[in-house]
Amino acid sequence: MTLIDLANPTRFLALSARVLPWLAAATVILLTIGLYQSAYAPDDYQQGATVKIMFIHVPNAWLSMFVWGVMSVASLGTLVWRHPLADVAAKAAAPIGASFTFLALLTGSLWGRPMWGTYWEWDARLTSVLILFLMYLGLMALWRAVEDPSRAARAAAVLTLVGAINLPIIKFSVDWWNTLHQPASVMRMGGSTLDKAFLIPLLVMAVAFTLLFVTLHIAAMRNEILRRRVRSLQMMQASRIAFSSDVGTGSRQENASKGAA
Amino acid sequence: MTALAALIRRDIRIALRVGGGALIGVLFFLTVVVLMPFAVGPDLAQLARLGPAILWLGALLASLLTLDRLFMADHEDGSLDLITMSRTPLELACAAKALAHWLAAGLPLIVATPVLGLLLNLDMVATGAVALTLLVGTPALTFTGMIGAALAVTLHRGGLLMAVLVLPLSIPVLIFGVAASQAAITGPLSFGAPFSILCALSLVSLVIGPFAAAASLKHGLD
Repeated sequence: MTLIDLANPTRFLALSARVLPWLAAATVILLTIGLYQSAYAPDDYQQGATVKIMFIHVPNAWLSMFVWGVMSVASLGTLVWRHPLADVAAKAAAPIGASFTFLALLTGSLWGRPMWGTYWEWDARLTSVLILFLMYLGLMALWRAVEDPSRAARAAAVLTLVGAINLPIIKFSVDWWNTLHQPASVMRMGGSTLDKAFLIPLLVMAVAFTLLFVTLHIAAMRNEILRRRVRSLQMMQASRIAFSSDVGTGSRQENASKGAA
Repeated sequence: MTALAALIRRDIRIALRVGGGALIGVLFFLTVVVLMPFAVGPDLAQLARLGPAILWLGALLASLLTLDRLFMADHEDGSLDLITMSRTPLELACAAKALAHWLAAGLPLIVATPVLGLLLNLDMVATGAVALTLLVGTPALTFTGMIGAALAVTLHRGGLLMAVLVLPLSIPVLIFGVAASQAAITGPLSFGAPFSILCALSLVSLVIGPFAAAASLKHGLD
């Protein structure tokens, strides 16, 4: 099974219908294990119980960047290989990515309140995630601004790829800006210095969230394909009514197509 | 080469004549800068401290808002189709158009900077630093903004959507532009490092901008 075999939306729908329940089940199982493990993880000697926010926060943050990567690959698929499902994948991923980014910001600021004493700090990392969130929203606005999906797809693909080039530059410049304005006063967690008691739940949660994204993404792609079918059926119906000289035949065909759909 | 030169000449001529609207950008820049003291108060010392940031923000908004028409007018009268079909590579044509736009709309902003610096109580060194960073940084704004302009013309949507898409991309230019100006005025940091990064950003956008704009025009126009 190669990618090109999935170019047929009907085949994709059939295959994804078979895969989706297994993916959903795996997600639920892993999420349960991960949540159980993180609930029973020991408190940190400095941060207390707030360290448990990390088990939600870090997977969200990791996915916020991963989803943009998925969208970039899909955009290449749209522009270079003209894969018919690539723009469906890109469009379906954007709101999910925006949600993960928003959750990362939200959990981060909930953690920041007891730890830093403020909900929002113009910390380099927070700021660049906020900009990523803004770019997700801009991309979604672009998708919504244009009626014709294929036209919107190519525009969004160009913008996604430009964003993929620009995001590291933005990250780097925000780091610079932050060190210029204030020295690193905020506490940072060293990723590699994590204890095993924290590391294992975190990894389980990361895998679970990635599976969650894949499940949601495939489900959203199925919805998008069906939505486009409904749209083209509606347009066919509208043009049939518009072009039929006799109003009677138009309404009869309308009924016929309703029955077919 | 002659085709590109002709394109640049034509675009500058159109921008400067009646209906072109290149100089409206300068007027907008002036208005934004004049608005600022009403928001932050007329304290001259504070204005001098915020001066580089205000000038950079004004120039950023002015250069992005004038970009709206970069391809739109040509699309309306059909010359964009001729440019797309001509033997000149579309990437080069896009670069030429952006260059012409910068000469007609970006350069006047830099010329106006000393006058506006006077209004914001900036001294000679500070004004010079801001003007220099703007001279190096505004090409980056024009060339990244061109991507937004190309998207706008293929989508028949302009204005606000374009600004929302392009403004996050211009954050690095803003950061290093203001950082370099501040470094020249007060900062303990050297002027050279942020200034060279600003140059690098301009050069990078000089490469990426035309390719992305041409790609979106090629794929987007029917």
